[in-house]
Amino acid sequence: MSPRKAPRPGLVLDVDASTPPILFHHGENFRMEKLPVGRSRIIYPAEPLRGLIDPDQAIRDALDNPIESEPLRALMTPGMKLTIAFDDISLPLPPMRRPDVRQRIIEAVLDIAAEVGVDDVHIIAALALHRRMTEDELRHAVGDRVYDAFAPSGRLYNHDAEDPEGMTHLGTTNHGEEVQISTRAVESDLTVYVNINLVSMDGGHKSTATGLSGYTALRHHHNVETMRNSKSFMDPENSELHTKNWRQGDVIRSAGVKIFQIETTINNNTFGETGPLSMLQKREWEWTARDRAMFLAMQGGLSYMTKGAKRKVFHNWKAPYELTSVQAGEIEAVHKVTTANTYAQHLVPVEGQTDIMTMGLPYISPYNVNSVMNPILVAVLGLGYFFNLYKGKPLVREGGVLIMSHPTPWDFNPVHHPSYIDFFEQVLADTTDPIEIERKYEKQYAEDEWYRHLYRTSYAYHGVHPFYMWYWCSHALQHLGSVIVVGGEPKSVRRLGFRPASTLQDALEMATDTVGPQPTITHFHNPPMLMADVK
Amino acid sequence: MIAENLAGKRIAVTGSTGFLGTALIERLVRSVPECELVLLVRPGRRGAQARVTRDVLKNDAFDRLRAELGKDEFDEMTTRRVHAVAGDVGTDGLGLTGDDLALWLSADVIIHSAATVSFDSPLDTAVEVNLLGPQRIANLCKEHGVTPHLVAVSTCYVAGSRRGAAPEQLVNESPYFVDVDWRREVDAARRSRRNEETASRQPKKLRDFRAGAQRELGAVGTPALAAKTETLRQAWVTDQMVENGRARASSLGFPDAYAYTKALGELALVESCGDVPVSIVRPSIIESAWAEPVAGWIRGFRMAEPVIISYARGLLSEFPGVPEGVVDVIPVDMVVAAIVAVAARGPKDDGPDVTQVASGAANPLRYKNLVDYAEEWFVANPIYDELGQPIAVAAWQFPGRGRVERQLVRARTSLERADAILEKLPLRGRTADYAMKLQARKEILDQASGYVELYGAYAECEALYGLENLLGMWAELSEDDQATFTFDPRVIDWKHYVQNVHLPSVVRQARAKTTPGKKVGPSRSTRLRGQVLSPDRQMAAFDLENTIVASNVVTSFAWLGTRNLSPRDRAIFAVRALSQGPGWLALDRKDRSDFLRSFYRNYRGAPTAQIERDAQELLSHYLLNKSFPDAIRRVREHRSLGHRTVLITGALDFVVKPLAPLFDDIISAEMGTAGGRYTGGMISVPPTAENRYQALADYAKSHNIDLRESVAYADSSSDLPMLEAVGFPVAVNPETKLASIARKRGWLVEDFQKQSGAPSRPIPLAPRTGARSEPLLSRMMNRGSGIAKEKTRR
Repeated sequence: MSPRKAPRPGLVLDVDASTPPILFHHGENFRMEKLPVGRSRIIYPAEPLRGLIDPDQAIRDALDNPIESEPLRALMTPGMKLTIAFDDISLPLPPMRRPDVRQRIIEAVLDIAAEVGVDDVHIIAALALHRRMTEDELRHAVGDRVYDAFAPSGRLYNHDAEDPEGMTHLGTTNHGEEVQISTRAVESDLTVYVNINLVSMDGGHKSTATGLSGYTALRHHHNVETMRNSKSFMDPENSELHTKNWRQGDVIRSAGVKIFQIETTINNNTFGETGPLSMLQKREWEWTARDRAMFLAMQGGLSYMTKGAKRKVFHNWKAPYELTSVQAGEIEAVHKVTTANTYAQHLVPVEGQTDIMTMGLPYISPYNVNSVMNPILVAVLGLGYFFNLYKGKPLVREGGVLIMSHPTPWDFNPVHHPSYIDFFEQVLADTTDPIEIERKYEKQYAEDEWYRHLYRTSYAYHGVHPFYMWYWCSHALQHLGSVIVVGGEPKSVRRLGFRPASTLQDALEMATDTVGPQPTITHFHNPPMLMADVK
Repeated sequence: MIAENLAGKRIAVTGSTGFLGTALIERLVRSVPECELVLLVRPGRRGAQARVTRDVLKNDAFDRLRAELGKDEFDEMTTRRVHAVAGDVGTDGLGLTGDDLALWLSADVIIHSAATVSFDSPLDTAVEVNLLGPQRIANLCKEHGVTPHLVAVSTCYVAGSRRGAAPEQLVNESPYFVDVDWRREVDAARRSRRNEETASRQPKKLRDFRAGAQRELGAVGTPALAAKTETLRQAWVTDQMVENGRARASSLGFPDAYAYTKALGELALVESCGDVPVSIVRPSIIESAWAEPVAGWIRGFRMAEPVIISYARGLLSEFPGVPEGVVDVIPVDMVVAAIVAVAARGPKDDGPDVTQVASGAANPLRYKNLVDYAEEWFVANPIYDELGQPIAVAAWQFPGRGRVERQLVRARTSLERADAILEKLPLRGRTADYAMKLQARKEILDQASGYVELYGAYAECEALYGLENLLGMWAELSEDDQATFTFDPRVIDWKHYVQNVHLPSVVRQARAKTTPGKKVGPSRSTRLRGQVLSPDRQMAAFDLENTIVASNVVTSFAWLGTRNLSPRDRAIFAVRALSQGPGWLALDRKDRSDFLRSFYRNYRGAPTAQIERDAQELLSHYLLNKSFPDAIRRVREHRSLGHRTVLITGALDFVVKPLAPLFDDIISAEMGTAGGRYTGGMISVPPTAENRYQALADYAKSHNIDLRESVAYADSSSDLPMLEAVGFPVAVNPETKLASIARKRGWLVEDFQKQSGAPSRPIPLAPRTGARSEPLLSRMMNRGSGIAKEKTRR
């Protein structure tokens, strides 16, 4: 680990006459925008925390000294049934450079298993209703060694929530929520869960209660009512989503399913502290001449590239994330530590709400790794994820305006998002009201044979997944007065129920219809990841 | 006097379903209340009486009378007074038998108005009807010893193309008449039909027709090609007969076969009428009604209407003619009145008499005036294009016929060249649209030159038809009769007639767009789509390639073939495939199932288990990326409506197996296996062209499905047999040939596109995977097999 300066915490900058144009992510491109002087502020993320110097040693330490649990080695017995489940392709974003944290941990767990003499080991990508991971993606996550040892014999595979034999119903919570997880996990003597906590919503009981589950159980918390009562779902203590997951976790535990949770946190070194994209995580007034030149060169280059080529370039970017903590043992105890570590990187204290929140949406969201970001994913990245990255109260006041910047093309990946295409063409063409959508269309999509087939055998998100995306937006949709997309393709933006604007200036002008003249503006400078702690 | 004279009379009429005939019946029923009518009609499938009800009495000409009487009384009155007899003026004895014959022979007056008025009817048809028709009627009377007054409707143009006066005299009394024997003309016309039939069956001709069919339809399979070839042959014979008629007519100085056969028909009638008293009535160009039953009434598209509408639509900017020439138009109600007056007056004692009903000699409409009136009217009341813009009409130049024809020929030649080039390009969907527009443009030009050829002679005709008999008869009418049966052309105010009567009626008839703005209401496509997606449908059959997925058997093969190859072998594979490409394409164009069989031999020796795995990946990595989400959604819509959905494809069963959950059933090509490997041979004939139709028909039968209530989606003319078999065909991204067929037949055309945002894979080669298994198509790599070899072996 190269020595570097101590990381600075996040910053809230009040825009004055000397503030240079600010970077807005804009899909596979960027915009440099001037924000109005005197009433705008910018929230910058903290600089990347220092990574652990010897991650492998740290992992071994965590496995040997777990929290509120016996050491992993002690939990293993020869001839036992062991299942290792791990977070799927949606984490982290962008994918991290090799070796992936999951590879390091799985190898460490397998080492112990081998020493103890555990042979019956299955490794499962805990993807719930996400798409299956491809061979390349699995290799990237678990490493070639693990892949080659387990995949050919069918012991490394993707979770299949629609496999009638593969899922076990474990009962219901005292609130009537059904609980259902992978049969293999239920039948195992021990399930080790390997997590990466990119944001504070990840991990905890959600890993198993959601990751290894299916539609029967998920519908109890992946719905409009729950999402509207999660303020925010990034803040587990105030999240109905988490409350319900925790209740399901209790059922899993009392059903006798033994889980050893390994959670990790990574820093937000998304674009590198050196290298071609490093300026993206610097504050604009600190850009060097070289940064400026690189940025101009990059924008020049991008302007000559096709959409597909740009996408390829960006999706090839692997983040130099570093492991900042690893803790193992009992789920809830572990997760407390993890959440604290996550907050340490992400939380930025902010005084008060704002009339208008602006954000630049990048090229990637949890559901379009190696794929195109379709309009629904644009909506969910802005209104689902970024909007909810708050603790306390939303960054924007009730009835305020969200302005996000993204080209929002009418583009879909027909392999990954077949039901999204139909959702966009049929459901959103009918209504954008989440309640109405849930009532009228969810069941039909969730139980659709063709989507089920594609989810199980191809690389498609489950038929119901686009609905969850729209529910993810429902808190924001209820809270906000209006949503404007800068530079978005008007047709698809309007289909989402939002308003397109060609420039940020136009968008700010349009926003005054909702929030009145001279509104306050807060720009959410993410990524790298940050979370607003709004007082 | 007229009504009284005809009271209690029984009047037999031929041609009552025509324009003039309908007007005549209406007038007789309304204005001669005491007469009885016997209508000779071809019975068709429903019988004579039904035909009269449907084709005559239901016509809007009767709306006035029906309104005056009330529906019940109208029905009662027509049932009492209007009788139908089944027959045909084209056969000897008129095809009348039994009671019908007796009823016919009991008539006091026979008005013969049946004719093939089309100026481009085949020579022999015109001869049978126009030339022999009147004479047959006279012969039938003679045979049975009855002598009703026979009023034969002819045409002024029997006078031939000439300048100056054309008085009301018998054809052979004219000094310009070229004496020909009508019997020999009849023989010659019939012989000419036989000759053309023989010529059309020459091997060379048949080859030409076949080539034409293939050009138009592509590889649709033998039965469909055979049917098309026969259609083309018959069309060719008809064309030749039309041409023969025109040639013969003009050689004798007539503008066309119609005038020529009508002239000889008069001759034949006069010659053979014997004791049957004959009167001949010769109208000029009959157009919409001046006043009766309502101003502007017209039935069907007459001679001038297509020309007028083409002009208003801006399609025709030049039409030959002499500006000061006379366009001899006469409103239909005047012709009717004159005929009734002649019938009421009765025959002349001194043999057959002639009455001409025309306007030129008494009240001429100059060509230039007509054009001016029309232009003025269309400027004030334009027709609108599909965007809702008024179409500006062209300023008429009055060019000579030669110049217009040359212009049209030139325009057509250049379009034909462009069309020939486009036809060779593999266009589909939106690009095929362009080719289709070119074709539509060509058809318009064809039409325009057709008009010029047909009607040019009329516009240039400068004969003046004498009206002494007509006006003499007019002078003798009582004032009441003059009011009821107006046929004096001098009362016509041409400007009023053209602008307030005729043009509005023509535009209404043509259903031309007369209001600005875009069309409101559902478009044709929306309507058709609604029919296709109606719960009443029973089955929806889908082709695969370019209908649901933008790929084909070759690309699937290439993908599967390269899945486990080393980079070097992939390169070799690509080069081989490229070198064989043209051969494959050529064979595919000729016969699809031959091509498939040959091509599928490439799979010989491929291990089945591995292919199954790879096919699943083929779906995810290739086919879905190339798929049309709209098409997939459509399949599912059909399914949710309870239609049976069937994929019917020449692709191999193992390639399409991953698509199985999308459909209720899959009909595909099946390949034999032996020892865990594919044999390369087909178990059954691949379902393409007529086999595809057969397979679908068999399927429908075994599932008790009505094909007429079914939908089929396909992209290529080779699917024509299947598309034609179902009640609701849909052309998806059609290639040029199918696009033009679909347009002509009014089929729904869907433009399904690949999903924007799908990863593009211009070359259908599989991504490299870990080398786990043997290269699937090692045999092909080593053998260098393919079509070339297969061909030589045959």
